[in-house]
Amino acid sequence: MNVTTASAPARLRLGDQVRLASIGIRSRKLRAALSALGIAIGVASIVAVLGLSSSSQAGLLAEIDRLGTNLLTATNGQTFSGEDAPLPLEAPARVARLADVEQVAHVGLVDTAKVYRSPLIPSTNTNALQVRAASLNLPKVLTVQMAQGTWLNDATARVPVTVLGATAARRMGIGQVAPGQRVWLGGQWFYVAGILRPATLAREIDTSALVGFPAAQTYLNYSSISRGRATVGNPSTLYTRAKTDKVSEVQQVLASTANPENPNEVDVSQPSDVLTARAAAEGAFNSLFLGLGAVALVVGAVGVANIMIISVLERRSEIGLRRALGATKGQIRLQFLAEAILLAAIGGTVGVAVGVLSTVIYAAGKHWAVVVPPEAWIGGIASAVVIGAMAGLLPAIRAARLSPTEALRTV
Amino acid sequence: MSALDDISRPALSYGGGGGQVVLELAAVTKTYGQDPPVPALRGVSFRVRRGELVAIVGPSGSGKTTLLHVMGTLERPTDGVVRINGVDVAGLDDRRMAALRARSIGFVFQQFFLQEFQSALDNVADGLLYAGVEVTERRARAARALTQVGLAHRAMFRPSKMSGGERQRVAIARALVGQPAIVLADEPTGNLDSATGATIVDLLHKLNAEGATIIVITHDEGLAARLPRQVHVLDGKIISDSAGAVGYP
Repeated sequence: MNVTTASAPARLRLGDQVRLASIGIRSRKLRAALSALGIAIGVASIVAVLGLSSSSQAGLLAEIDRLGTNLLTATNGQTFSGEDAPLPLEAPARVARLADVEQVAHVGLVDTAKVYRSPLIPSTNTNALQVRAASLNLPKVLTVQMAQGTWLNDATARVPVTVLGATAARRMGIGQVAPGQRVWLGGQWFYVAGILRPATLAREIDTSALVGFPAAQTYLNYSSISRGRATVGNPSTLYTRAKTDKVSEVQQVLASTANPENPNEVDVSQPSDVLTARAAAEGAFNSLFLGLGAVALVVGAVGVANIMIISVLERRSEIGLRRALGATKGQIRLQFLAEAILLAAIGGTVGVAVGVLSTVIYAAGKHWAVVVPPEAWIGGIASAVVIGAMAGLLPAIRAARLSPTEALRTV
Repeated sequence: MSALDDISRPALSYGGGGGQVVLELAAVTKTYGQDPPVPALRGVSFRVRRGELVAIVGPSGSGKTTLLHVMGTLERPTDGVVRINGVDVAGLDDRRMAALRARSIGFVFQQFFLQEFQSALDNVADGLLYAGVEVTERRARAARALTQVGLAHRAMFRPSKMSGGERQRVAIARALVGQPAIVLADEPTGNLDSATGATIVDLLHKLNAEGATIIVITHDEGLAARLPRQVHVLDGKIISDSAGAVGYP
């Protein structure tokens, strides 16, 4: 015997500690799985909420990126007396001559005309739809495609033909463009040439029935006087594509170029700004589901604490044996604390996996990029570990306090 | 050559210094409770020398279990001195007492206390867990200890697949694997039929012959009679010791 009997206790190696911590889980697998389930559900819902909101935000930002951030909108404002101040007829041409402007499209709001499915619809049922005269390059400038049929051309812009915005078509119940499809617009039949896809950068187009400027002048009496002659109506909104790196310069001069006499009567905005703000808002967490996840985590923690207390009672003789084999109180405490943490960490890892998986499935369905913020999964596992430590602390202290002789006494 | 093949080589090597005192109790008392105080040990003194095989015999309630706990440093005496390998236990804090148990004392219990979720080999290896022995070394020494108790062929069995006698032999191997100064066996045959109990007693004799110091605590006079030295305990006192020297000056 050459061991010095009064020396300090040996430290357990990490591998031995992990092995000890996993005893309860290995020997009672179903119980361990069920008690980890609560934590898994909590972490999964938190990770999924964070992942889905981030992915939806990423999807919207990708959409904005695709549509371009260089679109500027100049809308007619109001005069000091509160009347609508129309943009001058020459505004589109003047803006187009700006060096940093690539394209300009314009529309004119025909607020005297309404659009209905048929003349039998009561005139008050406008469905909140509007009629707009549109320049022929509008879809190109707004990067909006046709869902059905064709866009206006030089010929159809002069006759009673309309193209419907996505929302307008839906509200009037027109799913597809059949030959001879008509709508009752401004007191007469207009043939429907096509239906647009949603115009993300100019939502007002979605709720519009679009006609050519000449047709609006001829059939809807949307006209103005220029050099003593009646001509097409004034534009109400200009859609301007600036060079990508010159957007702010163009924004500064847009109002004074469009309406040099009354630049303060022109409202200039950048629609992508609004969308970016909306993306940020959609990225804000769904607090209800986060709250539910937190509740599930707390319930899971109570479950783990409960199981650990039962486990300490059941394993009294094991505790007594370990003390007899030379385990210190601290080693017993650490064994049970580590078991609770391991249990919770398994639950947290499964929860992160489920949360990420549901994000992937949902985002794939919506064609979004999958974004799971690192704070979601790191935080998920970390909070599970912290909760496991809190849940395991009391049972671990109880296990360590058990005197060896009491623990060895068989019931 | 694997550890399992090495049957001829003695696993226990208590070299030199035969007859040295490994356990010494001097005027040990243990009183439980305050109101009224219940004395369990009243002035117990005796010595055990290296290589002894001792039976501590007494009826239930005689204080022999308390004596086991005090000798095994699972409990501190109310008064008196306990020395293990010359170290006064009173001077040790709880952590050092645990370390002393890990390195110098082996326990064998009536109920075996084997862990069902692991093999016999790993149960035996756990006897070295808290002594700071690395896992492969623990396993190698456990294999040798199992060979010594004649269970090399059962090393990978779980305790639930073994007979009572085999389980107790696994528990004995666990107590011996660290080559402790003393092995304390509490009713080692209590849960076994008499034939199996006899084989366990034979095993204790064999291990003692190989150098282990073993103290058996029992109520069974027949078992005690088969061991070289008997210490009789009654009402918390030693009433006879076959090695002579009852009491302590």
